[in-house]
Amino acid sequence: MGAINFGYTVSAARAIDLDRNDLGPARQIAAEMPEFAACIACGGCTATCTAGALTNFNFRMVQTLVRRGEYAGAWREMNKCMLCGKCRLVCPRGINTRGVVRLIKRKLGDY
Amino acid sequence: MKRVIVIGGGPAGMQAAVALKAAGLEPVIVERSDALGGKLRDWHNLFPSATPAREVLDGLRKAVEMARVEVLLHTEVEGLTPDGSKPSVEVALAGGHAVQLSGGRKLEAAAVVVASGFDVFDASLKEEYGYRIYDNVFTTVDVERMLNEGGVALADGSAPRRVAFVHCVGSRDEKVNQKHCSKVCCVTAVKQAMEMRALFPEADIYNFYMDIRMFGPGYEELYQRAQQESRVNFIRGRVSEASPTIDGRIQIKAEDTLVGRPMKMSVDMLVLAVGMKAGSSCEKFARTADAALSPNGFLAPADLFSGCVASGVPGVFYAGAATAPKTIGESLAEGSMAACWVVEYLDTLAK
Repeated sequence: MGAINFGYTVSAARAIDLDRNDLGPARQIAAEMPEFAACIACGGCTATCTAGALTNFNFRMVQTLVRRGEYAGAWREMNKCMLCGKCRLVCPRGINTRGVVRLIKRKLGDY
Repeated sequence: MKRVIVIGGGPAGMQAAVALKAAGLEPVIVERSDALGGKLRDWHNLFPSATPAREVLDGLRKAVEMARVEVLLHTEVEGLTPDGSKPSVEVALAGGHAVQLSGGRKLEAAAVVVASGFDVFDASLKEEYGYRIYDNVFTTVDVERMLNEGGVALADGSAPRRVAFVHCVGSRDEKVNQKHCSKVCCVTAVKQAMEMRALFPEADIYNFYMDIRMFGPGYEELYQRAQQESRVNFIRGRVSEASPTIDGRIQIKAEDTLVGRPMKMSVDMLVLAVGMKAGSSCEKFARTADAALSPNGFLAPADLFSGCVASGVPGVFYAGAATAPKTIGESLAEGSMAACWVVEYLDTLAK
């Protein structure tokens, strides 16, 4: 006879904790592509995204999370990208967004 | 009478006085502190060009000196009129104007330029940020002072490994009765973040902002350089609170609104980007001349477009941050403009 399950669980903390997150990979990505840090969160990339029109892929959000050291799922998310490059055409800061996708896929496969 | 009283010896007042003298008038700068220069005396380098504040200040002081402008230091203007009532148009048309000085003295003049500036927001009113409670919480004004004194350091003299700037402290905040945007704090915090990077090459530097308002020439470019070259991390969210950690650091909480999740981190140094609030004398100037105040407490110009240095009171003109938060450049421009308006006003009276 197992313990009675009352349905209570312990939720994982939702806060992004910059004291615990390992910012090393994010710094490496920024070192290889400094413009990665120049995002002003306009959302142009996400608005024009071919993949985002069909799935819940949000490039702007995922790359922001990567810059905060939140890598879980980033690689899987980036696989939704079809590398069409429209995001790069609209970026007002001239970020090679397509290159960022490729860099994240190369660096963050382990997360 | 050729005398024009310039209230306040900051950038706007000094510029106005020099221009008035050049136009053949006799300006008198009335300054309550012990020296000319206003808040510019407390700044280190000016955004966005990192021009030393000292250079601009020395230029202005030299111009005032060369023009032999009369300066009354340690003197405060108690009211814009001798009896505290609005000057009648008849008096103004007769070219008569007098202000009430501290110590019961009166000073007569043909016109008055109010260049009394702003006050720095008192960050300790935002108690949740711990200013004057925790040792390593500073304001952007403190950082300018530390830079002027030769170095930024924590209270124990060590170098910070992680610094966070909080934008909009005392701006855009009903809780402290400062609903307006002070507009210069964003670029000041970005400039100081870059100065921190130069001082501490290995430190983590974060700026927490609600909106980044880079309105001036070269400001947006400075922001991009801060992101890319100075590796400053910008996080969109207002810090809600600061609390001490067991090891004497400061933990801050905010929402990272761009990803919709709460965020927390501990820092060695917290810098509060304090805003500009209405100068403490705006209220008495408005009251004694029956002039209008803006809802945020600054003096209200007669017209935001074609009359931004006009007060609506005959013979009284405004320049600089007495009417709204302004940059040094804008204050200097208004100083010159107010002088032009005084000259035109006195010419009209003479006709």
